[in-house]
Amino acid sequence: MKFNRRSFIGTGVAAAAALQAPVVLGAGKPRVVVIGGGAGGATAARYIAKGAAGAIDVTLVEPTRSYYTCFFSNLYIGGFRELSSIAHSYGKLASEYGINVVHDWAVGIDRDARTVSLAGGGVLPYDRLILSPGIDFVDGSVEGWDVSAQNKMPHAYKAGSQSELLKAQIEAMPEGGVFAMVAPPNPYRCPPGPYERVSMIAHVLKERNPTAKIIVADPKDKFSKMALFQEGWGLHYDGMVDWIGPEFGGNNVSVDPEAMTVTIDGEVTKVDACNVIPAQKAGRICELAGINDGNWAPVDGRTMQSRVDENIHVLGDACAQGDMPKSGFSANSQAKVAAMAVRAALTDSKMFPAKFSNTCWSLIGTNDGVKVGATYEATEEKIAKVDGFISATGESAELRQATFEESIGWYAGITSDMFG
Amino acid sequence: MRYAGGIMVIWAALESAAQADETALQIGDAARGAEVFQVCAQCHQVGEGASHGTGPHLNGIFDRKVAQFDDFDYSQGILRARRDGMVWDLEHLDAYLTNPKTLVSGTNMEFAGLSDPKDRGDVLAYLRSFSANPQNIPEAAPTALKQEVELPPEVLAMVGDPEYGEYLSTECTTCHQLDGDYDGIPVITGWLAEDFVLAMHAYKQKIRPHPVMQMMAGRLADDEIAALAAYFGALE
Repeated sequence: MKFNRRSFIGTGVAAAAALQAPVVLGAGKPRVVVIGGGAGGATAARYIAKGAAGAIDVTLVEPTRSYYTCFFSNLYIGGFRELSSIAHSYGKLASEYGINVVHDWAVGIDRDARTVSLAGGGVLPYDRLILSPGIDFVDGSVEGWDVSAQNKMPHAYKAGSQSELLKAQIEAMPEGGVFAMVAPPNPYRCPPGPYERVSMIAHVLKERNPTAKIIVADPKDKFSKMALFQEGWGLHYDGMVDWIGPEFGGNNVSVDPEAMTVTIDGEVTKVDACNVIPAQKAGRICELAGINDGNWAPVDGRTMQSRVDENIHVLGDACAQGDMPKSGFSANSQAKVAAMAVRAALTDSKMFPAKFSNTCWSLIGTNDGVKVGATYEATEEKIAKVDGFISATGESAELRQATFEESIGWYAGITSDMFG
Repeated sequence: MRYAGGIMVIWAALESAAQADETALQIGDAARGAEVFQVCAQCHQVGEGASHGTGPHLNGIFDRKVAQFDDFDYSQGILRARRDGMVWDLEHLDAYLTNPKTLVSGTNMEFAGLSDPKDRGDVLAYLRSFSANPQNIPEAAPTALKQEVELPPEVLAMVGDPEYGEYLSTECTTCHQLDGDYDGIPVITGWLAEDFVLAMHAYKQKIRPHPVMQMMAGRLADDEIAALAAYFGALE
């Protein structure tokens, strides 16, 4: 099919549908509701609407009118991006793809009646439901911290105002002050994210406040791209970053947001800014839907269908699928498999074997980009890794710059793939 | 077939290098290459006093890293190949002469390529005489990656299924933009199917550098590459 995006606008949907709409299976126009407008949900909504060309009603439920991508929010903290450059609206999904965009919270799912209830009182019926709600935090995972403390000790792990707050607090640190990060246990959103953030904060401090210190308390004994980050910290920010793994008590941490102290293995440290990234779980709507096993919603990777309810597909950070990391790239990749499966279930469109891929770029310092990636395929029991690569330590400055520039191209690519 | 054929001729020459010191000459006929080079000479100078024209001069090009002249304004595509670590060894020069766009997306070299392996061998033999230590060049080249898989004519002739291509393309569009915008990731719409197929196989065979693309192409079957070529080729 030759698809010309420019001709496919708003009122053009009906005309386009008459020409190329797939045949609907069953009675009435099928309805798909997508909850969550991030890398998983926005992509799935767009691909279903685009492929179905009017044959499927697509509703996207997303509370925020302006969506801030978590990916690249660290670059904003580091001063490499404007906040406005990571903000996106849903206008094109509505006007060019005919998606019904509802800015509301989904607060309940009746799986028998197949309806979603909204905080604003509305009820949305569905034939297929796609849940892509991202993450929520596990209560009590960091002693002394809960969401009411997020102004004193931001998590900044959902981008937007939290990112602004953390950046402002870093910039306001007194000369020679201390910044602490409490890193999360596995599994969590964006495995290299905390360490890219440490790099970005070190970059800011090196310029504004070079005698400041960074402490990272980490419950994990190793982390994503560890050798690359540690090499980079030595190279760019020598002596500034003190990473404390579990063998030195990084897994035994409490915080006091009122006193602004962090206690690591019994030793109390006064801090000037603190980023607490708690343990994570699937966005709460998955729990409300009753499709979780533990903290996450298990899926069949061949279609991204919930293992509990075949009318529900779960994407991105919220699902337990196997080997893929929780990343925007992964969610976007999974969304396309789900979109294909939903279209094949509701119309006569073809089903192809599921293929997945992921690449995570991270910025360590100015023009010092690294990446890790892999391809995956779906087996009966999980999404399994096929092949992968990672940047090497000691790469040339030119290659690192090229990797960074590639990441900028990727950002433009994935956001246009999500939002049209 | 022009791609694989050229490599084969050169490898035949290289394999005999072990036996004969004179093999350097077997790349081709430098005297005839000087004649074939006339078409290149519209843009490239070579020899004593050569300077940059539309293209950079070609003295000493063998075994030099791509894009090494500070005083020449290279294309984005060539600069990307340099960052990826590409070197103008015999294999890459041959691939580039076969079809510049197949090896380097976005190159400024407006040249359809030399489909005859003998023409390429002769031109390379001619260019080689303007590189340092020409006798050493073929001895160095066998350390480069050897062509592992040939591209038989039926693979090139394969007609892809654009519908399958559209599904497969969703993996590409996470990075490559369909509307042809360039923000650091090359444009892949509107290619001739054969160029697209050759480029993807060049990644698959790890002749083109770039770990992400080598990985992505590495798991695509021949018919899947053809399907992608059919789908992207039809996009404006």
